[in-house]
Amino acid sequence: MAATESYPGELKYHREHDWARIEDDEAVLGITWFAQDALGELVHYEAPAEGASVAKDESYGEVESVKAVSDLISPLSGEVVAVNAKVVEEPETVNDDAYGEGWLIRIRLSDPSEVDSLLDAAAYRELLASQ
Amino acid sequence: MAQTLQQTPLHDRHVALGARMVPFAGWEMPVQYAGVIPEHRAVRRDCGVFDVSHMGEIEIEGPRAAKLLQSTLSNDLDRIRAGQAQYTLLTNETGGVVDDLIVYKLDEFRFLLVVNAANRAVDYRWFRDREIPGSDVRDVSDEYALLAVQGPRAFEHLGLPDAKAFTFAEGEIDGIVCMVNRTGYTGEAGCELLVMAEDAGELWDRVLERGAQPCGLGARDTLRLEACFPLHGQDITPETDAISAGLTWCCALDKEFTGADPLREIKERGPDRKLAPFVMEERAIPRTGMAIDGGGEVTSGTHSPMLDRGVGMGYVPAPDAKPGTELTIDVRGRPRRARVVKKPIYPSHETA
Repeated sequence: MAATESYPGELKYHREHDWARIEDDEAVLGITWFAQDALGELVHYEAPAEGASVAKDESYGEVESVKAVSDLISPLSGEVVAVNAKVVEEPETVNDDAYGEGWLIRIRLSDPSEVDSLLDAAAYRELLASQ
Repeated sequence: MAQTLQQTPLHDRHVALGARMVPFAGWEMPVQYAGVIPEHRAVRRDCGVFDVSHMGEIEIEGPRAAKLLQSTLSNDLDRIRAGQAQYTLLTNETGGVVDDLIVYKLDEFRFLLVVNAANRAVDYRWFRDREIPGSDVRDVSDEYALLAVQGPRAFEHLGLPDAKAFTFAEGEIDGIVCMVNRTGYTGEAGCELLVMAEDAGELWDRVLERGAQPCGLGARDTLRLEACFPLHGQDITPETDAISAGLTWCCALDKEFTGADPLREIKERGPDRKLAPFVMEERAIPRTGMAIDGGGEVTSGTHSPMLDRGVGMGYVPAPDAKPGTELTIDVRGRPRRARVVKKPIYPSHETA
């Protein structure tokens, strides 16, 4: 089922295993390959409401596998402008395509300078190797 | 911190198959290979094999072995003959459940008990402390491995004839002799193969070659919960009594055994709380320890791969245990609706 391990170079990473794709003043967020692999097949996505605000380093929702629950940590602060309804319906989409179809929310950034604090793919891989 | 975990004779095979190994009741056990959901479905539709060698085996032998067991176990041992097995409870003085187990009557003077891994030492001690002249209690767990081969096509794959549930006989699979027990913990047809520890690896290889899918403890838990089989340590404990747990059917209240008096009393006046199975009406997965509105608590919860919904069991005030009752479960601060259902949560080939 799940795709092979990858950490695309165009994404930014948070040490809690979340990724962000920066698009002007917005960002698309999701969880990394490592996170979905550690959890196993996802069976539930507790998504935030559109319009809700999310804060960097804080939980904005949850994903669950059969055995475990995991908080979703936002790498950046902002306001939720879209929720991926496909993942609400079919959470396993995240296992199949963590960086594409399996995105979780899109936010409008309230402090774009926060991006500087995130890891690039090489630094995130180093973090994984050290764990 | 660095606690040494025990390993079953199949440990290296699990690792070679890419299993995710986790600590469980002092053992390093495979929680999944391909994934909980595909393994679960394999057992419901075809056939899966589980290494359950962590479970304990206690043998009780002697002219008064039956007497010792009749006075300590809840079910009536006189109801089974040699070659038959029985689900039964080891109960304490208050009617609480020390363990749930299966007793196999090898002959009039010899019984084999298959007990939960976490309770092996407690059970052994329990029987030793109550040993009477003419009953010899031995922990023989290390001599055996146990493979559960489960699913509607289990016997077909093994090339064995099906048999009546809760019977056992000596059998042979590709030349390997084992005890074939028509028992399991999935709600499906199938058997548990008790084999000498040194033959376990070869038996495991043959069973896989015959088409059984390797399954881990993750799928074992989702399968047993769909079938509404209680898990000791969660749904039943030394602090919960057998009547409230819905296990009156395996308590022979017309005989004397440890805890019989309090159990008769609870049955007479009716339990205050009952263990009830439920299915979520909203998207949410119930988990052990979550509160149920009105004074209840979830004891087991998961995502049901067959229903594709959250399901669970929990103790609720007795009037709320009626099928159809709506429950509200506190899912990490969010109230989520569930409905009490009849057992089993998912009717399989065996439990329908």
